[in-house]
Amino acid sequence: MSILKLIIKREFVAKVRNKSFIVMTFLSPLLMVGLAAFVGYLSTMKSDVKEIAVHDESNLFVKEFKNSDEYHYLNKSDVDLKVLKDSIISEKYEAILYIPKIEDNKELAKKIQYISNDSPSLSYIDDLETIIGQKLTKSNFEKANLDTLAIKNAEAKVDINLAKASGEETVKGLNEIKIFIGAAFGYLIMMFIIIYGNMVMRSVIEEKTNRIIEIIISSVKPFQLMMGKIIGTSLAGVLQFVIWALLGGILLFIGSAFLGINVGPSSGVSSEMMATANHGVAANIQLYVNEFKNLPIATLLVSFIVYFIGGYFLYSSIYAAIGAAVDNETDSQQFLLPIILPLMLGVYVGFFSVLNDPHGTVATVFSMIPLTSPIVMLMRIPFGVPWWQIVLSLVLLFGTFFLVVWFASKIYRIGILMYGKKPTWKELYKWLKY
Amino acid sequence: MNNILEVKNVVKQYGDYTALNNVSLQVPKGSIYGLLGPNGAGKTSLIRIINQITMPDSGTVLLDGEKLQPEHVQHIGYMPEERGLYKTMKVGEQALYLAQLKGLSKAEAKKQLDYWFDRLEIQGWWNKKIQELSKGMAQKIQFVVTVLHKPKLLIFDEPFSGFDPVNANLIKDEILELKKQGATIIFSTHRMESVEELCDDIALIHKSNKLIEGKLNDVKKEYRTNSFEVGIMTSNVEGLMYQLTQKFTVGQTNFKTLNDDLKLEVQIGDSSPNELLSILTQMGQVTHFVEKIPSVNDIFIKTVSDK
Repeated sequence: MSILKLIIKREFVAKVRNKSFIVMTFLSPLLMVGLAAFVGYLSTMKSDVKEIAVHDESNLFVKEFKNSDEYHYLNKSDVDLKVLKDSIISEKYEAILYIPKIEDNKELAKKIQYISNDSPSLSYIDDLETIIGQKLTKSNFEKANLDTLAIKNAEAKVDINLAKASGEETVKGLNEIKIFIGAAFGYLIMMFIIIYGNMVMRSVIEEKTNRIIEIIISSVKPFQLMMGKIIGTSLAGVLQFVIWALLGGILLFIGSAFLGINVGPSSGVSSEMMATANHGVAANIQLYVNEFKNLPIATLLVSFIVYFIGGYFLYSSIYAAIGAAVDNETDSQQFLLPIILPLMLGVYVGFFSVLNDPHGTVATVFSMIPLTSPIVMLMRIPFGVPWWQIVLSLVLLFGTFFLVVWFASKIYRIGILMYGKKPTWKELYKWLKY
Repeated sequence: MNNILEVKNVVKQYGDYTALNNVSLQVPKGSIYGLLGPNGAGKTSLIRIINQITMPDSGTVLLDGEKLQPEHVQHIGYMPEERGLYKTMKVGEQALYLAQLKGLSKAEAKKQLDYWFDRLEIQGWWNKKIQELSKGMAQKIQFVVTVLHKPKLLIFDEPFSGFDPVNANLIKDEILELKKQGATIIFSTHRMESVEELCDDIALIHKSNKLIEGKLNDVKKEYRTNSFEVGIMTSNVEGLMYQLTQKFTVGQTNFKTLNDDLKLEVQIGDSSPNELLSILTQMGQVTHFVEKIPSVNDIFIKTVSDK
């Protein structure tokens, strides 16, 4: 067996046999499902009905407010406003909607008050404004002696149909599907990096805390050791992820089938479909499914795997470099920020620039930079990316990975001579020159 | 090729600090070679270069006549001063893993391991984790791990530290046995009595420079002072002293004898010991007559403090 294989095997076995690994592998899905069930349960609970006292001096508007699940409207126009305000203090009503009687509609529009101890949600105030606004507009039309019916009939409604040059019909909201898929993959990569990158780092520190480092280093090259650790730990991570996915799936299935708990839509894609389906035509669903099928699924999956491996390897090699530079985990904290930052950057750039302009300069550049490319490029791929860009970003990604591993092993070799000393950035730079 | 290891003009610097200044060594095949020096002299730096943990800035190292290459690690067994093993790994698996890293096949490693476990009577430890063992027990495993792959060259950095006298003796015997089987052993130590007892050759490194190297006996000859310890029973002390001081330098000294005799240290310079002896026999009954051979400890202290 080659040395690298031996190291990979040892690392894998050491990880998988670890008690905390076993416990977490089987406990986490239970916790996750439990959490999902709990959230599902919470969302099925009805919120309290809020009573709104409407004090409408002109009595023109009060009929416009229709009771909803959340809000009940009570006509309190004949109750004195002062008394109503007192009842707010005693918390009898959620709020008073005060509409004074003013002939001039423009004046009136400025004088309406919502009196409450709590601040209402913006969307609720929006709703109220729309209702009152429509009523006022209508009244304005009447005052100007306009035929309201004629105006209503004259309103034009436009619905632009999306089509591709090939003549196929497409659906609005498809971009969201694409973004969703890209984002889901991106998030997955990020989570994996954060969870298992740390593991790689700890495993690199292990030889130092066990003082076995000199024996190991006199038998194998640090580069082999780093590679072995990264790959071994990743395999353990993949195993854990697969077990999680399987267990989570089974538990979700049991949960929703037998306990009757609605644990929420099982996938975001279908919820997306549902939302649009509710909005408009049910036949659109078929279109969505067709579009979904037309997505470059194979390309997506392959590139997901490739970028996943590349991105994870790159970041864990950075974790390994940090592990090589420090003596114990507490010392590693100062170096962790530079890892988290580009990850966050990747996610944010993905959401803001790729969504706006998948092939714009910002999105393209960030899908080339190795530290952000696994996340950003994956978000771009559903929109179609020229193959040379993918190749270039992959070359950069894997090139950087090998460079960082080499760098890490260099630090590692020198790090043994520095037991018990906390390295500074300046020293790290000096070590490079050895 | 009589030397298994040749170090030629090795220089190693860490930043501004010179750890090894143009050091050359020759380790004869089949010898036990003592690498001596005070703390910080550069012994560990040199050992790390031999183990290819670090590279020399200049100079070469030859193992069995070949320039040091990555493949050579399987011919070297190294027990560092900082002892350590994977704490949570089982003894057997760990030893197998480390032996395989040194290039042994699994079956061969298993065979060797059985042999050593039998020999050191530690068969029951196979499934124990290192963290469950005492320090002395872990040291035994450390020793086994070092020799498991039958290296031609063994390097022990302070091999006896941490062992109780019984185990230290056991390990000493094993080292001698390995030597008999043809291995060459390098000791890095500052425990002089073990050097005296075991080493055929020594080198002394001090402040990054090699000061002495050679066969232990040759070194001792070089450092001999031609002094003799003399014990004599005589009634004419003054007469004896007069005769002796005419020819030699005489001092008082102390050593243990059973008699209540006169104890002297006599430096004879270029004269023959027989001259001294004949004076002594004329004057009284000689109870003790021994050449004062410098101990490694004496040489060590003398050389180090001279510089």
